[in-house]
This record gives sequence, C-alpha cells and structure tokens, in this order.
Amino acid sequence: MDSAHSNNGTVPRALKVLVAGGFGAGKTTLVGAVSEILPLQTEERLTDAGTDIDDLLGVEEKMTTTVALDFGRITINEQLVLYLFGTPGQERFWYLWEELALGALGAVVLADTRRLADCFPSVDYFERLDMPFLVAVNCFDGERQHQPDAVRRALDLDSRVPVVLCDARKRTSARDVLILLIEHVRAVRSATRSTGTTRTI
Amino acid sequence: MWGENPHDWLDADAGPVVRPYALTGGRGRSVPGLDLVAYVVSTAFGLDPMLYLLPEHRQILSLARQPVSVAELAGRLNLALGVVRVLLGDLLAEGLITMHEPQHATTEPDDPTLEAVINGLRAL
Repeated sequence: MDSAHSNNGTVPRALKVLVAGGFGAGKTTLVGAVSEILPLQTEERLTDAGTDIDDLLGVEEKMTTTVALDFGRITINEQLVLYLFGTPGQERFWYLWEELALGALGAVVLADTRRLADCFPSVDYFERLDMPFLVAVNCFDGERQHQPDAVRRALDLDSRVPVVLCDARKRTSARDVLILLIEHVRAVRSATRSTGTTRTI
Repeated sequence: MWGENPHDWLDADAGPVVRPYALTGGRGRSVPGLDLVAYVVSTAFGLDPMLYLLPEHRQILSLARQPVSVAELAGRLNLALGVVRVLLGDLLAEGLITMHEPQHATTEPDDPTLEAVINGLRAL
C-alpha cells in the first residue's frame, strides 16, 4: 500500500507549499518532478468567487467557477510531510481560493519568459499576503536564457525575493528550487522576528 | 454521426455523466474548516464490513486505514473536494473516522522543522 506514513498510524505534520504561475509555465511538471506519488488532481467549486471581479466588470451577479489543482507529496521523515499544490486551471480565479494559501509555508512562482506577464497575478497575490515566495524561471529547451536580474526588473520585484533559473522537468532542479524557497522562508522569518512585524496569514 | 449508437457521445471525454453533488444527495454542506491537508484516519468502527454505506464511503474508510490527507482522498477518488468533505462529514458523524487538523492553525514551523525539511529535500 502506498503510504507516506508510519505503520503505527501516527499522523505526521503536514506542511504546504504552493506552486503558482501562468498557464503552461510548468507547474504540473515541477510538482511531478519531485513528488513521490503521481501528481493527483482534484477540483473545487467556488461560489461568490466574483466579488472582486464584479467590481471590475460592473456585474452584480454572483459567480461560480471550478478551480482545479494538482498536488504532490514529499515525505521528509515520519513526522513531516511536504505537500505541493499547483494550480493548473482557471488562472483568473485560483487566487480567490483563500484556503489554499492558509497556513502555506511559501510559494514558488514559475515564470515562462515568453509570457512573463502571466505570473503578475501570482506575484501580486503573494506580495499582498506577505507570504514568502521566489520566482523560478523555467528554462525550456531552446529558449533564450534570460538573466535573473532582467526578470526581477521586469516583474518589479523586491530585491530580497530570490529569482532563479530552473528546469521544471528535472528532479534535482525542482528540488533545488524548493530548498531555496525553504531557506528563503527561514530568512524571512528570522528578519521578521528581529523587526517585530507579523505576517497576516 | 449522431444516432448510430445512442451512447456514442458518452465516451470518457464527455466527463462524468453524474453531476458531482448527486452523490451527496445534493447536499453541499460539509465539515466546516476542514483543511486540504487535514488527515483522515478510520476508526475501528469504520472497518466493520456490515455497515450500510455508499461505495465512496467505503473507499474513504479503506484509504484512511493509514492517515491520508483530504486533498489526496479527493485526488484518488476523483471527486471534487466539496463532495469529499460532505462524505467525510457523514463518516465523522457516525464515528467512523477521526480528523486531524494541521498544526499550522496554531503554530508556524520553527527553525529546526524548516531545517529538517531542507535536509530531507537535499536527500532526494
């Protein structure tokens, strides 16, 4: 039986990392590259998801949308399991799923340099939540390799937000992105403690 | 063309033939606050084969003999999260499962925990 858990049924501690970015940026690929299970997909219907959108469009009616997400699992040890949540569908709406971000350690924003603007909503979202995140530029074969600094400027990122190049198909590359993220989370926490500010989520 | 076989259009691409919440009798109410990474564990009562349950209830109980997350249940059963939550509510009410909410509701992981995650990832 496929199980991440010890045989005595001990419930491990679950940690959550989000993998966001535009359509086709490689989120499902990255989750699949490091997950110990085949990425599973599930979906949720969100109602009243149009609160912000209504204002934008001047439409009063409530909206319902289906948001799909991929997830993978990495067992760290018997007490710790890391869950990765990717957001494959309905890019316009996924960030309205507040629950997904609740309690998440941090986020990887995957960027495709051919469509860099596609990751603006994710960057905005994590900045607004004050959630630690990094930008991983997925270097597809044959694509011109952009310099991380150019991506940082284009996305107008805070200088403390890490920007790295990666190949989401490669296990070691995807793993290194996650390691960098957790290190970044630790650094942000440490800085937060010393300045006395608190996160809102 | 249409009509040669009345079920031609009911292939896998058509998606589920039954609407998601038909399984729950239209009920949309579920366990409040049930986290995506909350763990579900079957209790000893849940292993009784004589119980009158939906096949999906039984599948959940079978998968939850070992602790399993809500999101993973939804993925493995190929059901929407909302549906799984309703089914979990049924099982919880009958005392057939226990739920374990993740600790992030109360505490953020400390540095040693983050260190353990980093070391675990390095070992991959």
